[in-house]
Amino acid sequence: MIAYLIRRILYSLPILVGVNLLTFALFFVVNTPDDMARMQLGIKRVTPDAIAQWKQQHGYDKPLLLNSAASGTGKITGTIFWQKSASMFVLDFGYSDDGRNIGREIATRMWPSLSIALPTFLVGLVVYITFALLMTLFRATALDIAGVALCVLLMSVSGLFYIIGGQFVVSKLWHLVPISGYTGGLDSFKFVVLPIAIGVIGSVGSSSRWYRTIFLEEIGKDYVRTARAKGLSELAVLFRHVLKNAMIPILTGVVVVIPLLFMGSLLTESFFGIPGLGSYTIDAINAQDFSVVRAMVFLGSLLYIAGLILTDISYTIADPRVRLS
Amino acid sequence: MSFMPVILLSDALVFLLLAAGIACAWYVRQREHLLLPWRRVAQSATAMVSLLVLSLFVLVGLLDTLHYRVALPEKNNGETVYSPEVLSVFDKLVTPLRAQTEKTYSAPLAVTLYAKESIIDASGNVLRDYPRLRYGGSHLTDVRQRDSDALRRGLAGALTGLMLGVLIVLGSKHWFAQRGWPVRPLSIAILIISVLIGTTASLATAYHVLGTDKVGQDVLYLSLKSIRTGLIIGTVTTLVTLPLALLLGIAAGYMRGWVDDVIQYVYTVLSSIPSVLLIAAAVLMMQVTIDMHPQWFDTSASRADLRLVFLCLILGVTSWTGLCRLLRGETLKLREMEYIQAAQAFGVSPMRILTRHIMPNVMHIVLISLVMDFSGLVLAEAVLSYVGVGVDPSMISFGTMINAARLEMGREPMVWWALTAAFGFMLVLVLAANLFADAVRDAFDPRLNRTESVM
Repeated sequence: MIAYLIRRILYSLPILVGVNLLTFALFFVVNTPDDMARMQLGIKRVTPDAIAQWKQQHGYDKPLLLNSAASGTGKITGTIFWQKSASMFVLDFGYSDDGRNIGREIATRMWPSLSIALPTFLVGLVVYITFALLMTLFRATALDIAGVALCVLLMSVSGLFYIIGGQFVVSKLWHLVPISGYTGGLDSFKFVVLPIAIGVIGSVGSSSRWYRTIFLEEIGKDYVRTARAKGLSELAVLFRHVLKNAMIPILTGVVVVIPLLFMGSLLTESFFGIPGLGSYTIDAINAQDFSVVRAMVFLGSLLYIAGLILTDISYTIADPRVRLS
Repeated sequence: MSFMPVILLSDALVFLLLAAGIACAWYVRQREHLLLPWRRVAQSATAMVSLLVLSLFVLVGLLDTLHYRVALPEKNNGETVYSPEVLSVFDKLVTPLRAQTEKTYSAPLAVTLYAKESIIDASGNVLRDYPRLRYGGSHLTDVRQRDSDALRRGLAGALTGLMLGVLIVLGSKHWFAQRGWPVRPLSIAILIISVLIGTTASLATAYHVLGTDKVGQDVLYLSLKSIRTGLIIGTVTTLVTLPLALLLGIAAGYMRGWVDDVIQYVYTVLSSIPSVLLIAAAVLMMQVTIDMHPQWFDTSASRADLRLVFLCLILGVTSWTGLCRLLRGETLKLREMEYIQAAQAFGVSPMRILTRHIMPNVMHIVLISLVMDFSGLVLAEAVLSYVGVGVDPSMISFGTMINAARLEMGREPMVWWALTAAFGFMLVLVLAANLFADAVRDAFDPRLNRTESVM
């Protein structure tokens, strides 16, 4: 198991290198640092001096891949690639355009993100699975058809509508919770409850339908017939036997997103003014702060790969037949 | 008045798609075994009704794709000068909607502006009141006649629509029945749609049916124009997804070895980056390139258009990985089948095995995944435009409409119509696409066992 994990982690290194090279190519080769400087300083009436100064301030005044002016290891380390891209492997994300340490920003901003994303994830899991099991229980009846129709309808509504509509009804009409904002600690409950509810409702359609398909595939199998033949009630069959056996496909889709919860949600956080990583990313995109976007791309793929490894581990817990070797 | 046809990049791609679609349809028509699943789709009432709705949207989108530039009256040394504004045939058809702009917000069917302003009346007194609209209800002498007038026009339009609908239904009923299409649901849908269109068209001649936005543009016009953007995002993206996924997926599955390793590596890298972030990064960089080269574009429409095509390209690059993985898996399974081994034993070339024996057997996966992806892409456009990495702000789309209307929510009393219109049109489009996609999946998925024969 340990050996397997070490190998898995080593396997994922080339993927991270690929992500790193891709972002490097995207941010520095497609457009030169000169273009970026001109963009930041305003397109027209930019003097070469101003560009040189901007590049020097932000550390972009070095060659891209090979610094022939330097000597020794400086040939490699004195380049944009080494300082801006390769350094991300040791989680050194550098500084944003307004001079803040991106690594420290991430460390403080991931907690508000998590305080929304984790409850959304957990509540969502329970709601979707229960709803899907109920549809499976009443399969091929009018209730099931109505449930699926509801799912398709809910899936067809834009995610923006849930947020805007929810804010309008709950905060503006009923005055139940503030429209947006955030404080630390337990007081933040009134700020996070609406984003969580909207997050859960927002994907109830697609998720429940997906779970329903999984359960319907399981319900035709022999062990289900055996369980019924034993005289178990349909509810017991569903919740005790089908749910357990459907664990592998469920885990495949679910565990991989757990690490990504740290990243938060772009839309929810920016609409509700949550100072998390999602709104950090949106602000960076709007301010065209490329170093932050680059850092978030790398962090996102790092967490995704962590999620894939976690998925493998979760299989061994859910199904003793699976052995990692 | 002379004009110059303009083919924007996205128009060319739409025509390409259209040609490919017609070619595919013609190919399928010749072959009975390929027609069979489509017959199953045609028997489903939801599928046919949603297809009817979708084809109306496509019609608007296609009319909006035929672009041209009008010649200006003044000549420059005998050379005709064309207006920098790029119009479409659809714009021409609904000229009143496009041209009759008010000063600012007005509610649906309103005859006055939404906010009070200082007006100087005939005797020179200044008073604060709601000023009358320039076009909306301008034929009325008294504001109080609005309700009865709107009701009368609406009813007249509904009746005209109903009559036209009845004519269409009577004319096409026999034709539907001949093909085994669900006659009743289709007839009801045609009647409802024609009544809706009739009412709207009749009201639109005198009022702004869905109100006007901040700069006084008709919201109905904006919503109809957004359809093209949504459709293009949903369809042109497949031009990128399809070749990449099909070629690489089948190659990886069939050749295995290092080819498989490389292709798997590429799609793992791409799919490990959260897609919104990858799209954001790519769009930001593209924006820099576009801003650095203003000389590439002769009109602002062509600049916005390039950004739209780029967005499709980027969406395609981020979304081919899922289909590629599916195709690789299916090919891995197929290549071990006896008939492929028989073909290999007979000395059939690998190229021929791929095109003749493997490709036709994975096409159902391709088709299902393409129709299922469409609605997701339309919804994604709105979200991306909100994040600031969607279409050009000057391009009319559901995303830009929502984005502009979002800030109006805080106004008191609230400006709700632009948001409602954008969400409503989007819901109808996406719902129809989802229902149609479900029917296609049910008809083509071989895992769903069917014993009943459809002939």
